[in-house]
Amino acid sequence: MAAGGISVIRNAAAFLGIAVPASGLQARGAARRASGKFAVSLLLAVAAALLLLPFWSLLVFASHDGADIFAMPPPASFGQHFGANLAALSLTPFWQAMGNSIYVAVCATVLSLLVSSLAGFALALYEFRGRRVLLGLAVLSMLLPPFLTVVPYFFWISWLGWLDQFRALYLPAAVNGLGVLLMRQYIASAIPAALLEAARLDGCNEFQLYWRIVLPLCRPALATLAVISFIGAWNNFLIPLVILPSPEHYTAPLALRALQGPAGADWGAVMAGALVAIVPTLIALLLAARHWRGVMASHAPH
Amino acid sequence: MTLPRRRHGAAPWLFLAPFLLLFLLFVAVPFGGALWLAFRHGDAATGAAGLQFVGLGNFRFALADPLFWQSLGNTLVLTLLAGVPQHLLALALAWMIYRYLGRLTGLAGIVGMVPYVTSAIAIALVFTTLLSSEYGLVNQWLARIGLGPFDWLHDPLLLKLSIAALVCWRYVGWNTVLYLTALQALPVALLDAAAIDGAGGWQRFRHVVLPQLRPMIILALTLTLIGGCQLFDEPFIVAPDGGTERAGLTTTLYLYRLAFDAGDLGGAAAMGWLLLVSTVTLVLAFNLLWGRGAWRRVE
Repeated sequence: MAAGGISVIRNAAAFLGIAVPASGLQARGAARRASGKFAVSLLLAVAAALLLLPFWSLLVFASHDGADIFAMPPPASFGQHFGANLAALSLTPFWQAMGNSIYVAVCATVLSLLVSSLAGFALALYEFRGRRVLLGLAVLSMLLPPFLTVVPYFFWISWLGWLDQFRALYLPAAVNGLGVLLMRQYIASAIPAALLEAARLDGCNEFQLYWRIVLPLCRPALATLAVISFIGAWNNFLIPLVILPSPEHYTAPLALRALQGPAGADWGAVMAGALVAIVPTLIALLLAARHWRGVMASHAPH
Repeated sequence: MTLPRRRHGAAPWLFLAPFLLLFLLFVAVPFGGALWLAFRHGDAATGAAGLQFVGLGNFRFALADPLFWQSLGNTLVLTLLAGVPQHLLALALAWMIYRYLGRLTGLAGIVGMVPYVTSAIAIALVFTTLLSSEYGLVNQWLARIGLGPFDWLHDPLLLKLSIAALVCWRYVGWNTVLYLTALQALPVALLDAAAIDGAGGWQRFRHVVLPQLRPMIILALTLTLIGGCQLFDEPFIVAPDGGTERAGLTTTLYLYRLAFDAGDLGGAAAMGWLLLVSTVTLVLAFNLLWGRGAWRRVE
């Protein structure tokens, strides 16, 4: 069972690593019938439109006030309330929450890169007693569902006196089993053994080997992992919900939830806030996609 | 090509120390805590001292609780309602993109990933606006063709459909990308041979491509099952208290309410274990029924 689990996760990691396919890899669809191609393109365009429609609504709604959003007929184009909505947000701790989210997500990402690459390095380079157990622990850390541990975690964090503190969010986020497996896989397959031997002969100690030789060569894997960690930390909702009770410590999703409020939400402000809050992950996705495409292109046969 | 591994005394353990320390603090301790809490009951406000050992009491309580069973049923129904259309759509979309989109494939992948990387909270708020019963955009459009109005967020059945639609929308692109990745790994010669043998587009998909995709389909469905059992963010926004007749009360939502509103940490911990057992049973049953040998082929 454990071995099966490992292969599942390893494969999942492989998919994530190459999740966005590069354009230009497919010269296969060259000679298709034009009519069929047109129909399918139309279908795909409709699918893309449906997928993006809620974002369009979000964009439009963010520039209207609450009365407009629920007017008859609903707004179809941009209004003039975007500035007012942003101003309304400023009356709530929303911008502070954005800052908190950035702080937490950046800390989680940096720590997770560091911890995962250190562990992946050890698992890729060394033979030692307990290596398989360590791989198993990495898998285990991914398989334990948050709903099982959220209650005892809350209990544990309050015992530590860390309630309402950001470290209760970014430290656990640094235990990233997927990251460890991803880094181990990448280091084992992408680093030439001769390079390590040469560096050792030149007097590199093991830490210098990691810091100065291996880490710089791991950029593609690190970039992938950074994006996954950042998006995961940014969108995390359940853990902040139980760990951060005070509004001034809210992360962006918590602040959005608070805007929804029980008594008469200002829906214009809610929509503007939702729009602002999704921008960082969209940027992360675009950065990743550009990066992946570059990696793919450089590996493509010429 | 794999790096040869060598022995190097304590070095590996020094590199592994940060991971091990954090694992101990944030995985092992909460895991042990989940075991400890599941057998205890009492006032948590006074800390661990306020909790008494109650044996299997929490499990008996959970198993006798009709709301717990309803929440399990809701979770299963929502997973199926969101999962089935999601994978049928994703397979069809991936095949169409693979066959016809050529240079735009990368762009399609990015578009598909957009909902997946977007905060569930932000997007659930947009859906709530769109589905609002009196003035929501969806009902206004439906009214134009003489339908409705539908009470998407309050009618028990429609509430389930709304949450399922939101989940389906969020993950359909992700699954499309998974299937697209698997399609791109297929040997081109296979399709060409089938084409030479005179197989049409549908026949090629049904008899050549689909069997080859089976390992990825099993993996993607397994991920959907696991994710479905943990459904929390979307129902939490759309129906924070579970909605009319608790139609949107998933097990994780119930567990959260029980622990943090009702203060029953022990009961919630027991339900966490029961949900885990249900999830593992479901995933194993699914993989035994459909996934025989599929994992080996992914490898």
